[in-house]
Amino acid sequence: MTKYIIRRLLQAIPLLWIISVIVFLLLQIIPGGPMAAYEQNPNITPEDMARLEEQLGLNDPIHVKYLKWLGNILRGDWGYSLATKRPVLQEIGDRLPNTLLLMGVAFMTTILFSLPIGIFSALRQYSIFDHVVTTIAFMGQSIPIFWFGLILIMIFHVGLRNPVTGRPLFPARGMVTLGKPFSPGDLAWHMVLPVTMLTLFGAGTYTRYMRSSMLEVIHLDYIRTARAKGLAERTVIYVHALKNAALPVVTIIALDLPGLFGGALFTETIFSWPGMGRLFYRSAERVDYAMLMAIIMINAALIIFFNLLADIAYAYLDPRIRYD
Amino acid sequence: MTTQSDTPVPTITLGQGPNEAYEPYEAESMAHMTWRHFKRHRMAVIGLIVVTILAIASIIGPEISPYDVYHSNFSERYQPPSLRHPMGTDDLGRDMLTRIMQGGRISLSIGVMAMSLALLIGTSVGALAGFYGGILDNLLMRFTDLMLSLPQLFVLILMTLLLRSINIPLLQAGGGVFAIVFVIALLSWMTVARLVRSAFLSLREKEFVEAARALGVSNRRIIIRHILPNSLSPVIVAGTLRVASSIITESGLSFLGFGVQPPTPTWGNMLKNAQDEMMRGNMWMAIFPGLMIFITVIAINYIGDGLRDALDPHIVR
Repeated sequence: MTKYIIRRLLQAIPLLWIISVIVFLLLQIIPGGPMAAYEQNPNITPEDMARLEEQLGLNDPIHVKYLKWLGNILRGDWGYSLATKRPVLQEIGDRLPNTLLLMGVAFMTTILFSLPIGIFSALRQYSIFDHVVTTIAFMGQSIPIFWFGLILIMIFHVGLRNPVTGRPLFPARGMVTLGKPFSPGDLAWHMVLPVTMLTLFGAGTYTRYMRSSMLEVIHLDYIRTARAKGLAERTVIYVHALKNAALPVVTIIALDLPGLFGGALFTETIFSWPGMGRLFYRSAERVDYAMLMAIIMINAALIIFFNLLADIAYAYLDPRIRYD
Repeated sequence: MTTQSDTPVPTITLGQGPNEAYEPYEAESMAHMTWRHFKRHRMAVIGLIVVTILAIASIIGPEISPYDVYHSNFSERYQPPSLRHPMGTDDLGRDMLTRIMQGGRISLSIGVMAMSLALLIGTSVGALAGFYGGILDNLLMRFTDLMLSLPQLFVLILMTLLLRSINIPLLQAGGGVFAIVFVIALLSWMTVARLVRSAFLSLREKEFVEAARALGVSNRRIIIRHILPNSLSPVIVAGTLRVASSIITESGLSFLGFGVQPPTPTWGNMLKNAQDEMMRGNMWMAIFPGLMIFITVIAINYIGDGLRDALDPHIVR
């Protein structure tokens, strides 16, 4: 197993390197970047522009630029944001906790909701409850997530009002109320709508997975054996069946985890949540090279890492699987 | 059998006499069998009807509508839904229903075109990798893994920014419709490639392929005429679902402002300013375009569900 993990980690290095080359090339061809801001400025002469370009190393051939970038990265220097002139890592460090908070809570509510509902739905296959659950899950998978966010705002921010204060029932912007001292209650109040949006979206998929996985297991012989030897139904379902039914679901969850760090682009944009998704959106609009490069590389590394983690988790949970 | 005396005993019709002519045995065609099974999936049939209606409305709607898709009319701005304007009018006084039908043309076409291109790439990669194996298989599958390791949405956005800057008339036509199709297809062929590859891996060892080889059939013909038709089932299902996900992707990109550019309407870019309009109380501007995406996607997903059941040889009916 250790050998396998080491081999996979070593394979990840060329993979990440190729991704960095591709993304770097992509970014180089996209117009915009550092000089775009100066082009409109009448006080800067073409000679100044040329000097600046030379200074910033913009006239270097593309492979020289790439090697410079790679060298800096290996020394831990991710460059500066064009928009704020701050170090890229500092910008990301500011946003990452916000994204993790939002996505972490949403992820937990998604799992707490969808797994029990999926199990229950499978145990009562073809009941009314099952039909309602599968239909809602199907809808959750088909709804455009950004539109669902808009509908939530429409109902719970524009439509419904707090009967006491007369203000909107839930806020639709930001993490905290401006001008108020920070309080956990205020933060939680701001999280209700974005978390709801993310939960419905993820719950559709997980409920369907959990349900079909449970259905597959529950008809197997060993479950009949467990029942035949007189075990309580509760033990049969939650100990014997769930152990095997959870396997594929755990893999799916592990594969989805990198999404937490990337941040939900739509959720953060709609609810003005100052996280990684919004940072990417802003950086993409301004073609902020160093920021975009960093965000994509970090995300690619996480995707590769969690792919490996999913495989390891699978092998750990299912002793029949051996990677050597 | 004595307890079921009311059940009519089936009469045996075969082999009644030496002179009786047998009906020549005719195999049921794949399409016919699929349709027979598909019809039993109620939601899938409803989905098919809904998509057909939407497609027809998108094709003929803008032609017969009394309003123009692009022409603004400032005396009619922000009209809520009424008999004259069933879905209201937008910030430039254009009839929303007309724009939604025109947007349907674009959104549905993007879905179908992106799916076709993704299937073309995915099937080619999967077929080559699965049929020839060896180094080619290894290279193509490593490339597939690489594409799957990219953070999809982020790279999608970067690629739309890139294509927007390239001065090729085809890519810029109609607000960049083809650019979006190209980008979506380029980032969504991987699952199809894996499906086709695994089908090819198992089919290339089968006797009928060996027979074709023994007859001296060329590799190209074996791939296209012998193996490919037998591996189509998962591709058809994946393709159907891909139409729906492409429509969602396009609308998401357009909503963020990275997709098809106005004035060309798509259901996604009609929602671009919907959040601000909604805050001002113009709810209909946010409701209808999103509702259309939702209805279309759920209908297509049900069709995919029905096709999966109908095409799966393992499900006993």
